[in-house]
Amino acid sequence: METLTAALRSVLPRDAVITDPVRLRTYECDGLTYHRATPGVVVLPATAEQVARVVRLCNDFGVPFVARGSGTGLSGGALPREDGVLIVTSKMRAILEIDLPNRRAVVEPGVTNLAITEAVREQGYYYAPDPSSQQVCSIGGNVAENSGGAHCLKYGFTVNHVEACEIVTPDGDLVTLDRMDPGYDLLGAFIGSEGTLGVATKITVRLSRAPEAVTTVLAAFESIEQGGQAVSAIIGAGIVPAAIEMMDALAIEAAEAAVACSYPAGAGAVLIVELDGPAAEVERQFARLRELCAGAFELRVAADAAERAAIWKGRKSAFAAVGRISPAYIVQDGVVPRTALPGVLAAIDRLSAEHGIRVANVFHAGDGNLHPLVLFDDAEPGAGERAEAVSGAILDLCIEHGGSITGEHGVGVDKARYMPRMFSAADLDTMQLVRCAFDPRGLANPGKVFPTPRLCGEVPGVRKGVHPLVESGKAEQF
Amino acid sequence: MTVRPADAEDAVGGVLPRWVALPESVEEVAAVLRACAARDLAVVPAGGGTKLHWGLPPERCDVLLDLCCLNEILEHAAGDLVVRAQAGVTMDALAAALAGEGQELALDVPFSEGATVGGTLATATAGPRAFRYGTARDLLIGVTVVLPDGTVARSGGKVVKNVAGYDLGKLFTGSHGTLGVIAEATFRLHPLPAARRWVSAEVAAAELPGLAAALAAAQAEPSAAEVDRPEPDAPPVLSVLVEGAAADSRAAAVRELIGGGEVTDAPPPWWGLITRDEVLVEVRFPATGLAAVLEAAARAGLALRGSVLAGRVWLEAWRPVGGDELAATVAGLRRRVEAAGGRVSVTAAPPCAGLDRWGQVSGLPLMRRVKERFDPGRRMSPGRFVGGM
Ligand SMILES: Cc1cc2nc3c(=O)[nH]c(=O)nc-3n(C[C@H](O)[C@H](O)[C@H](O)COP(=O)(O)OP(=O)(O)OC[C@H]3O[C@@H](n4cnc5c(N)ncnc54)[C@H](O)[C@@H]3O)c2cc1C
Ligand SMILES: Cc1cc2nc3c(=O)[nH]c(=O)nc-3n(C[C@H](O)[C@H](O)[C@H](O)COP(=O)(O)OP(=O)(O)OC[C@H]3O[C@@H](n4cnc5c(N)ncnc54)[C@H](O)[C@@H]3O)c2cc1C
Repeated sequence: METLTAALRSVLPRDAVITDPVRLRTYECDGLTYHRATPGVVVLPATAEQVARVVRLCNDFGVPFVARGSGTGLSGGALPREDGVLIVTSKMRAILEIDLPNRRAVVEPGVTNLAITEAVREQGYYYAPDPSSQQVCSIGGNVAENSGGAHCLKYGFTVNHVEACEIVTPDGDLVTLDRMDPGYDLLGAFIGSEGTLGVATKITVRLSRAPEAVTTVLAAFESIEQGGQAVSAIIGAGIVPAAIEMMDALAIEAAEAAVACSYPAGAGAVLIVELDGPAAEVERQFARLRELCAGAFELRVAADAAERAAIWKGRKSAFAAVGRISPAYIVQDGVVPRTALPGVLAAIDRLSAEHGIRVANVFHAGDGNLHPLVLFDDAEPGAGERAEAVSGAILDLCIEHGGSITGEHGVGVDKARYMPRMFSAADLDTMQLVRCAFDPRGLANPGKVFPTPRLCGEVPGVRKGVHPLVESGKAEQF
Repeated sequence: MTVRPADAEDAVGGVLPRWVALPESVEEVAAVLRACAARDLAVVPAGGGTKLHWGLPPERCDVLLDLCCLNEILEHAAGDLVVRAQAGVTMDALAAALAGEGQELALDVPFSEGATVGGTLATATAGPRAFRYGTARDLLIGVTVVLPDGTVARSGGKVVKNVAGYDLGKLFTGSHGTLGVIAEATFRLHPLPAARRWVSAEVAAAELPGLAAALAAAQAEPSAAEVDRPEPDAPPVLSVLVEGAAADSRAAAVRELIGGGEVTDAPPPWWGLITRDEVLVEVRFPATGLAAVLEAAARAGLALRGSVLAGRVWLEAWRPVGGDELAATVAGLRRRVEAAGGRVSVTAAPPCAGLDRWGQVSGLPLMRRVKERFDPGRRMSPGRFVGGM
């Protein structure tokens, strides 16, 4: 590490290499705080060329590296390595080009998601993918996680809005992956790869035209089943809203406690539906929506931007808000086919009762993406383990129903061990072929996404017995 | 499973295979590929065979793997707006099944007589509505592939929102059969729009870039705008599609924007169609490149048709072109189009020395490494794709 650090100092400005133990501690975890590790060394490059130099040095020294944006990840993707280099993009925050005639912007990876929209809002444009963390999270982190948000039901994820990426490959080469080029869609494979295929150093995003009209509706139902029926009815009627979000009674209670959002009293579930598009279209869809939400005991329609913000406020603060009603909680992220929602929610209820662990449900109802908040008291002996068990059982439910173990937060370190429940050994081996093509030495964010380290020389699918790394005690097999 | 000797009809870009295999299940696809691996036989997958002459001829081809018998729609979860189908299902059959539930896969497939799910993904071109809905890769949410060694692998799934693991579907979309065989695909669907209207008008070529920019920003939100210019010097015809419950009022807004035109509820006969594809050139460009593309096509004397909003047009030779002439024409096109931020690739052309089909490809060394990992024996459609892959 010392010789590497000296080498890093020779290729980077003085203040761009951090070794002070106190300062290193700042970077020991991301949004998933129960995994911690002090990075061997932290670098703050200011240019793509500097990132490339760092990665090349990591290669020379055979040392792993981990990229980090804003550290808001919820799956431990940016968890550093004690034996490695953490490459932080916080000095790469320039918006390099705004090209409205071509509806795109070129930005450095450390730029926050919201900053892009803010740069073009006055001209009537915005950047569509909007994770709830958009004020802080970086676009590089969004690319790595293929982040989504409440509006991805209609507008899609990061991968649908990125035109090109300049990356530093795990060998230290600067390569551009461009949707317009002929050849394999390496850009599509890179997005969502959680920092395991290289570091994004420049990103060309697509900008969207702000819609002519937006209508935001809050519908309050007596029960979550009724809310679920309304969702099915809306989709069944051929309406694709910009967003359909749902909260159950416990999540509403938390939001009220935190931000006094004054949702309708006594609601067993609230549904937030946002329609957007050409004014004439939205008007017609809204008329239909009213009929489809006939089961609601109250329907609020935002008359202006302030009322719209009020409706969204409860939903957007729900995660942080559960802190008000529970000393500790786990945010789970799983997906089920939307039609399986009622059954899965009922099963979550049963799990909750069985284990004596409360679960608050806040979710992207339109695409079946659940974010159960598993609440527990960390002072109570055994409660953490029970919460962990409920949380894991929810993922099993998702897999059982043909869903996914993560809809937007990523696999990271947190869910690597669940990957074999969702994918066969052959599936995972095939994914490793991509990994090995990009990163033959396995230096880019090792230990994330995939449960078992595999060496690129090994033929996938035919390995038998204990993995050599496991046998030598260098790795753990899940 | 049927395996029969190949005959002249089975030639791929002039290369005659020895056998044609017609597997009836994913397991049989895997068995064929394992057998070919054991004997070092080269394989070219085929769907409907409508576009087998696209790309370069394979360096070698022992087995044509015809996927026509993998033709089952495995699951249409209408309530989830998701469908899972085998690779050999024709786009036509799929559309018919989906329409029964008021849904569609929002890809325009002009060669629907035979084009299959697998072939459509493997070629990954895009038609008119890419502007609104994206291309095949954007609508694909899960895939089952068979690797050259017979390994069956799956990625994604049947939920729209899913970030677990690498997206192999993206990698195989547009891979022209060079990485393995696409066996099954799962797509996200859209409800069929309540109404569709096309607004069509002849416009001056010089006005087209301005109109395209205005349409892209228009609050009437067109789903597509196509241009047809069969004669290089003739004024282009512009046709704009709007979809939805308020299609009529939005069509009126579009008509006003383009300064007149006819409103119809069916597309013009040329909409999204390529009439001749012995020589076919694909041009992709950013919005501001349109003027340069129009000019370059006119200078080259090529017919132009395609999506001015999505930035992808097709150029066709409307008279026979010789090999040397084609190479020079493409080089000239490429100079002008690349200067405007675009790309030119030759989708189809007779074998022709000196013709650079793809132009510059960024990331080619990485692509080669991907190919080497997936197909170390170079048995899958060898030589058909960029960089001789
Ligand atoms: C309150 C809260 C709400 C959230 N809401 C959402 C939501 O609605 N939707 C959603 O999708 N996510 C959400 N997240 C999760 C998180 O914000 C996203 O995953 C985000 O994309 C992470 O960005 P980041 O810059 O913080 O990345 P980090 O946490 O720093 O890193 C995340 C991963 O990206 C990699 N990485 C970072 N930068 C680069 C780069 N330049 N090149 C290559 N790899 C890189 C890291 O190695 C790591 O694997 C939320 C998080 C919080 C705390
Ligand atoms: C103007 C225009 C617009 C178009 N619009 C669209 C559009 O909107 N959307 C769209 O998707 N397509 C579009 N196409 C493409 C068109 O639909 C193709 O004809 C079709 O994709 C070919 O299907 P096929 O089954 O006949 O394939 P084939 O002709 O049999 O094969 C084509 C290629 O794919 C490979 N291949 C076939 N099946 C497989 C498989 N299962 N696994 C791996 N490789 C395989 C073959 O080896 C070959 O290289 C458009 C084309 C044009 C010219």
